[in-house]
Amino acid sequence: MDLSLSEEQEMIVGMVRRFVREEIVPLELNLDPDADTLAPDDRARLTEKTKAMGLYGLGIPPEFGGPEIDLVTRTLIAIEISQHRAGLYAPCYGVFGGAGLAQLFEATDDQKERYLYPTLRGEKRGFFGLTEPSGGSDPARAIQTKAVRDGDDWIINGGKIFISGADKADYGLVFARTDKDKGRNGVTCFIVDTDTPGFHVRRVVHTLRSAHYATELQFEDMRVPASNVLGEVNRGFAIATDRLTSQRIPYAAGCVGVAIKAHEMALEYVPQRETFGAPLSSRQAIQWMLVDNEIDIKQARWFTLEAADRAQRGESFRKEAAMAKLVATEAGGRVVDRCMQMFGGYGVTKDFPFERWYREMRIRRIGEGPSEVQRHIIARDILGASLR
Amino acid sequence: MSIRLEKPWQALERLDDLPGHLGVFQLGNADGEVQFIGYAGGRSQYGLRSAIPDAVANVATATSYRLEITAAYLTRYQELLMVHQADHGRLPSANDPVDNLGRLSPA
Repeated sequence: MDLSLSEEQEMIVGMVRRFVREEIVPLELNLDPDADTLAPDDRARLTEKTKAMGLYGLGIPPEFGGPEIDLVTRTLIAIEISQHRAGLYAPCYGVFGGAGLAQLFEATDDQKERYLYPTLRGEKRGFFGLTEPSGGSDPARAIQTKAVRDGDDWIINGGKIFISGADKADYGLVFARTDKDKGRNGVTCFIVDTDTPGFHVRRVVHTLRSAHYATELQFEDMRVPASNVLGEVNRGFAIATDRLTSQRIPYAAGCVGVAIKAHEMALEYVPQRETFGAPLSSRQAIQWMLVDNEIDIKQARWFTLEAADRAQRGESFRKEAAMAKLVATEAGGRVVDRCMQMFGGYGVTKDFPFERWYREMRIRRIGEGPSEVQRHIIARDILGASLR
Repeated sequence: MSIRLEKPWQALERLDDLPGHLGVFQLGNADGEVQFIGYAGGRSQYGLRSAIPDAVANVATATSYRLEITAAYLTRYQELLMVHQADHGRLPSANDPVDNLGRLSPA
């Protein structure tokens, strides 16, 4: 695989890099160090700029109004837009737009009218409700939320945890068990309006991400029309796994971007900082940290772009996406940790972004499937049927 | 941890004892009603020690305060606003409207 950038990719990456450094980073000087939102005026102004650049709504397919940009280039952009303090979880504070819930691109025409198009117009927000208190790594077995058919409706009872954005959403995708004897073939995906009686956001779940909380949901006799089943009854798990697999590529790209930025800051700092009469960069201990950073970043970038390349070519990319997620999240953590060490006391203050990256990068080894699950996916792919 | 801030109110005369940590706080009136919810974030000069007096200066009805030290000051701040909104149907009188505040229905 050739990972050299085309002329067009070089141009786009350069444009995005300038945008991040000239428009986003200066704003962060006046934001709370943990902020993940911009002032409305700044957000509107910068969103207009990304639209003018032709880069708004990167995850939206062209037939739904998104830009004609291939997946490898989108991954290169994802690496760039994460290169600032909030970049890991709020890349460019959302001014490049999002795809909403990509599963809705496969919805019925009626569902698209009610949910997808209003979301793309910015009129509605959705959430993705999969993980339950009984577990998130093995959702096929862990899902205990039940949906029982009642005439033209389904009645849903149960709960979800670690769900982002449910308290601000107009609707969500809720996965519920519709056949208790069929394991992963007994799960259905429902589109649920958050004003439905019986839908409750019970509490905020505080995490290492101090600007963004997750929520815990409870469903009490929540009545959902059968017309709100997304896809087919008992085929919801495929919808969930498709999303989980494809999400691993941008998830990895964000880690690569932050690692690149942290490393760049360390490279600027160590020749200037002196100890015992010589710059830090003259110390072998520091040089080796920088070398290890280079290797970690190159490896993670390669794995991430390879997964994107396979997905773009329509080949199976489940193993490659798992490897990219595994390698990038673990490498990103090591790079940020080393850079923090090189900055010494300053590295752990809120004056610099390392402490935020350190906390948030730790989550990355768990979110979207922990490292152990990624290894399990890779092993299953390598060993195939002999694993079972 | 309770989702509500249920510590006893402290009189404003005791502001000299405030800690310099990051965290959240409430200002109350003479009837013990919450007038304002605020936080001391990573850019505050002296954490709660400066953030609370700054807020008191802008809330004429404040007679007492209570605080919670937390590094998760932004999410805890939003949580306290949401809980107040759920309990009272409105934000505290001295808080400005919050853009895109979430909705909680605590059990």
